[in-house]
Amino acid sequence: MSILINLFWVAVAVAVAMGAGWLFRAAAIALTKGATARMLRTAPVTAGFGMLVILIYVVVAIFAPLIAPFQEREVVGAQFMVWDSVHKLGTDNLGRDMLTRLIYAARNTVGIAFATTALAFVAGSVLGLLAATVGGWLDQVLSRIVDILMAIPALVFALLLLTIFGTSVLKMVLVIATIDATRVFRLARSVAQDIVVMDYIEAAKLRGEGLWRLITREILPNAMAPLVAEFGLRFCFVFLMISALSFLGLGVQPPTADWGSMVRENASLITFGDITPLLPAGAIALLTVAVNFVVDWMLHRASGLKE
Amino acid sequence: MSVIWTMIAKRLGLGLLTLFIISLIIFGATELLPGDLAKSILGQSATPETVAAFRRELGLDLPAHTRYLNWLFGALQGDFGTSLANKRPISDLIATRLGNTLFLALYAAAISVPLSLTLGVLAALYRNSIFDRAVNALALTSISFPEFFVAYILIFVLAQSGLFPSMAQVDARTGFAEMLYRTFLPALTLTLVVTAHMMRMTRAAIINLLASPYIEMARLKGIKPMRVILRHALPNALAPIITVVALNLAYLITGVVVVEVVFVYPGLGQLMVDSVAKRDFPVVQAVALIFAAAYVLLNLTADVLSTLSNPRLVHRK
Repeated sequence: MSILINLFWVAVAVAVAMGAGWLFRAAAIALTKGATARMLRTAPVTAGFGMLVILIYVVVAIFAPLIAPFQEREVVGAQFMVWDSVHKLGTDNLGRDMLTRLIYAARNTVGIAFATTALAFVAGSVLGLLAATVGGWLDQVLSRIVDILMAIPALVFALLLLTIFGTSVLKMVLVIATIDATRVFRLARSVAQDIVVMDYIEAAKLRGEGLWRLITREILPNAMAPLVAEFGLRFCFVFLMISALSFLGLGVQPPTADWGSMVRENASLITFGDITPLLPAGAIALLTVAVNFVVDWMLHRASGLKE
Repeated sequence: MSVIWTMIAKRLGLGLLTLFIISLIIFGATELLPGDLAKSILGQSATPETVAAFRRELGLDLPAHTRYLNWLFGALQGDFGTSLANKRPISDLIATRLGNTLFLALYAAAISVPLSLTLGVLAALYRNSIFDRAVNALALTSISFPEFFVAYILIFVLAQSGLFPSMAQVDARTGFAEMLYRTFLPALTLTLVVTAHMMRMTRAAIINLLASPYIEMARLKGIKPMRVILRHALPNALAPIITVVALNLAYLITGVVVVEVVFVYPGLGQLMVDSVAKRDFPVVQAVALIFAAAYVLLNLTADVLSTLSNPRLVHRK
């Protein structure tokens, strides 16, 4: 019976989410004009919902100190207090306000994941485009290195590197960025390889354009659509990986508020039928779902334009 | 026939080469550390005597290539050295845990592979219907969930009422049926995580073929849609499906790490996470090597199987 009631609430949540997505898309179309509005009209409701969620996360992350009722590391009550009017979501294992920690974690977790993705992306796509454009031995060397690094499962490799270098946020960012850069490299190289054989690239070369201009002005604009979609997907992978490492106690270290470690710290509550530890995990899930919905739409658009 | 055997031998050789390079990386990664490994593990306060003794114990006074060869030949004979944390032989620590991890991964695979193939075929058959869209949205959602979220939801929904145990405690005396029961929730978690991707790819691989002229011909002959998909489309879609199944089975190997920690399951993943926290690098190296070997082996098998599924590649002139 309780499962049926749960299912009912899930259905209600989905309906509300789709409604919000539809409203957000309608509002976005009304507020913008020209090409942006035309593009937004092609967005399905799920993508509207995704964009709305991402916007909320960004706002919460930027204005965290204004929204949060308490300080990030402030002990404000007893351990594991229940939900009441002062502590809307209760307190955690050290008596810190759960809602405050959730809000600050949006800043920390998403910020770290975004920085890591950006790093992986810049390194991977620059090397990938370079390898495809220059070709020859540079391409061979880089591709073989990437092949070997990709033959080791990502999480296992990350754990190995963290054992050797020790655990800290900076080291984790560098380790994950390195691992994910190999995946970005693969995609950037294969996309660029289809482009460099085109006649207009030949023409640009004959005109005497330099390597940098060739990559940024001729190749990059045509490789942009798949790369942008890849950025979204990569962000999801990095975000999930960082959360998993933090959950295992090897990523973001306390007392910094972080969704992965918050699940770990409060997990014992779940066996008593308290859903509080599911909230940070749900926050992670909701953001990845939202990003995936938007990426799905962009991939669809990118493939649609080719037809 | 000989074509197949040379192909398999070639792939096997390539796989062994990959494994060899991986073992070099796993071993050589410790050499990347700036400064001295012994000092960095013992900390700043260690006296020069303890550092020297520790270096001897680790064999750090030997040159790197000697240590690598000793380690590699030891590992080939099942001897991974001793753990730094509790001084026990690593092979003892690994022996039962490896069996437990394999059991969990196979259990999850036994549920998820048939399930996702069936769902994929059905989604392709009823494409663009409500069923297809619902399954697709569900798949997209479940890909985005972190494993521990799925695990805790399952604990909340299924273990709360006492239906299944929330901790998968097993030992050598646990019977097979009891094992299946106690590890049901971890296996279900892994199933939910990998099914979505396999299902989506199965659907995509089949739908890709449905536009081909020979499928159109089959349809015009009046063959039932289900038969068109199973007898005409599926055999040609096998190669991408096998690849994606192998990819997900390989994913199970790493996914198992988080799930084992959530359910306190005595497997390799949990051992690895504990050892990372203690910086017990010989154990981490050993487990990483086993995981990487399984990963390479699965990819190799997928490669061979997908080639075998294509008669044009098998009977090449």
